[in-house]
Amino acid sequence: MKSRDLMELASRNLRESALRNSLTTLGIAVGIASLVAFLSLGIGIQHLAQSRLEGTGLFNTIYVYPRFNRPGRGGRGGRGDNSTVPQLAPGQIKNLTDETRAQLTALPHVMEVFPELRFTSDLRNGDTGHVYGAASAPASANGQGQFDGMQGTFFSSQTAPEAILHKDLAQQLADELKIQPAQLIGREFTLRYPKRVAIPVNPNESPEDRAANDEFGAGFRVDPSEIKVKIVGIVENEQAGPGGLGGVRILLPLTLVEQLNPVQGSDVRSIIQSPDQRVYASLTVKTTDPKFVPDLEVAIKKMDFDTFSLFDAAKSLHKFFAVLDTFLGVFGSLALAVASLGIINTLVMAILERRREIGILKALGAPDRDVRGLFFAEAGVMGLFGGGLGVFIGWAIGRIINFGMNIYLKSQNIPTENIWLVPLWLVGVAIAISVVVSLIAGLYPAARAAKLDPVQALRYE
Amino acid sequence: MTEQNQPALETREVIRHYTMGDTVIRAVDGVSLRIEPGEFVSLLGSSGSGKSTLLNLIAGLDRPTGGAILAHGNDLAKMSGDDLAKHRSLTVGMVFQAFNLLPRMTLEENVELPLRLAETDFDMRAGRVRESLERVGLGKRLGHRPSELSGGEQQRAALARALVNRPKILLADEPTGNLDSKTGEEIMSFIAQFNREMGMTVLMVTHEPQLAARYTQRQFHMRDGKLAQNGAQP
Repeated sequence: MKSRDLMELASRNLRESALRNSLTTLGIAVGIASLVAFLSLGIGIQHLAQSRLEGTGLFNTIYVYPRFNRPGRGGRGGRGDNSTVPQLAPGQIKNLTDETRAQLTALPHVMEVFPELRFTSDLRNGDTGHVYGAASAPASANGQGQFDGMQGTFFSSQTAPEAILHKDLAQQLADELKIQPAQLIGREFTLRYPKRVAIPVNPNESPEDRAANDEFGAGFRVDPSEIKVKIVGIVENEQAGPGGLGGVRILLPLTLVEQLNPVQGSDVRSIIQSPDQRVYASLTVKTTDPKFVPDLEVAIKKMDFDTFSLFDAAKSLHKFFAVLDTFLGVFGSLALAVASLGIINTLVMAILERRREIGILKALGAPDRDVRGLFFAEAGVMGLFGGGLGVFIGWAIGRIINFGMNIYLKSQNIPTENIWLVPLWLVGVAIAISVVVSLIAGLYPAARAAKLDPVQALRYE
Repeated sequence: MTEQNQPALETREVIRHYTMGDTVIRAVDGVSLRIEPGEFVSLLGSSGSGKSTLLNLIAGLDRPTGGAILAHGNDLAKMSGDDLAKHRSLTVGMVFQAFNLLPRMTLEENVELPLRLAETDFDMRAGRVRESLERVGLGKRLGHRPSELSGGEQQRAALARALVNRPKILLADEPTGNLDSKTGEEIMSFIAQFNREMGMTVLMVTHEPQLAARYTQRQFHMRDGKLAQNGAQP
């Protein structure tokens, strides 16, 4: 029989027992809806977690540290397995300098390299000082989760004398000024900081003194300095990582901080290691895509530096969600399994009712495969409609729960979220599963119908 | 043997036995007969004599336990399931005592069914259906369902369905059994007309000797699964 004839006859048969077939189709729809609802919850949560984590910018980030030889520890803080990393002989330890920064920037797939500059500052409100840690934020920090729900704006440029405050410090300043924290935005404050000033070589130095100083150079001195900064934003989150507050209360543009050249904790090391040039405690390498992180880490380690990234953590996260999705899928499939029994029941009943009709079809020349195909087509059509309806019901359940949840979140002043996601691929997969499960359920009835003895079937009343 | 010399139907020592528990029922027990192309032959016998079983074997609805059944030289016993289905679809047309029309389909759809099964081109179907129904005088009843027709009309529709694939052989299993005598005569006239005008070979099972004598050229009589009287030319 031609496919068109098969589908026409199958549709006609389904219409003949509209109520029973509709109920069976609804059973499949409920099964698929359950599967879609469970899986879309898993996908939604995964998406939410992933977007939050990716929003931190941590997954395309490599932290680079100088390699230290410490007994029993492989590199800085013992991070990772550094047993394969060659130990450096004393005196071979390489500092992170501006030259290193340039070398790292030249590596392939590197978007930017920047230091983490942290220093002690004093934000002055008239005569009142507020001594807090300040940190630099690169332009790429903009748009990260750190700044979600920020009042005001990010820095207008990387050299602008602008500051973003943590809400605690903003609240403290606002209370002193008897204004709302939001009213701080646009106001200027004085920021005091310890400026690092290089000591020029003394031309009058005696050759003996110069020889004695050669090992350490001229060094630097620390001058108290200040700058006027305009408050442009107030953040609530206190996120670690590059561009994050991570314990400090004031954020300044990275280039501005570099120009200010404040003294940092790591400068003490500079004095003994390399007083003539700035030495960074760490450098942050941003890649164009998280997938380049492992190769870049290898390349950087070959340059005799230690690295750390969250790439492995991201892989574990994917594994966790794969397991979660499998569990949710199995739970969601239970209703589908029950629905498939409904299909078998409906089709077996149809064989009993249409026994004589099957006999007539065979007497008129229908081969077994046409009879089998007819029952298969009926199962497939029920699966197709059940799948389509199920996806819609599953999507609607997700929407309704999302809607209710967001009403609650709003009432608690928590930003709304979309934790039920039905991506297009899930629609296709769910309908395909529905059709395949229906066809599998139709296997037994179709085989039974095809094997009917036409002589017996024609005698049946 | 050329096709012209071949019989339309031939059975050679055909056996069809059923086993019920320990008992073997010999429904057809060594039947040999030969029907030439264009013949109108009847198969007579009392109820349970095996005539319908033999007809089902010739129709390819059942397989013999032994022996050979040849339709235009092709041995049905050696055919695959698909080939037997093709035989039922294209070589033979069948009419039954109970008409066996599908009640939820219109006459047009019922008659179209064999064309669907034979995978006839879509654009040829409407013409073939109309032609068949007009041949039995039901050209204006295309959209009617079987339940809206009399018994005679239903059997005429069944005849139209048997004709639509233009088979060479018509097998009729007590086609007048459910009809009154006047309507039965009408149906017999149609069958005789197909035999005469279309050269169709007809094998009819009946238990009415007068009807068989009036319309068929030869009669085979069956008793207890065997041919009691080998249909000699009257």
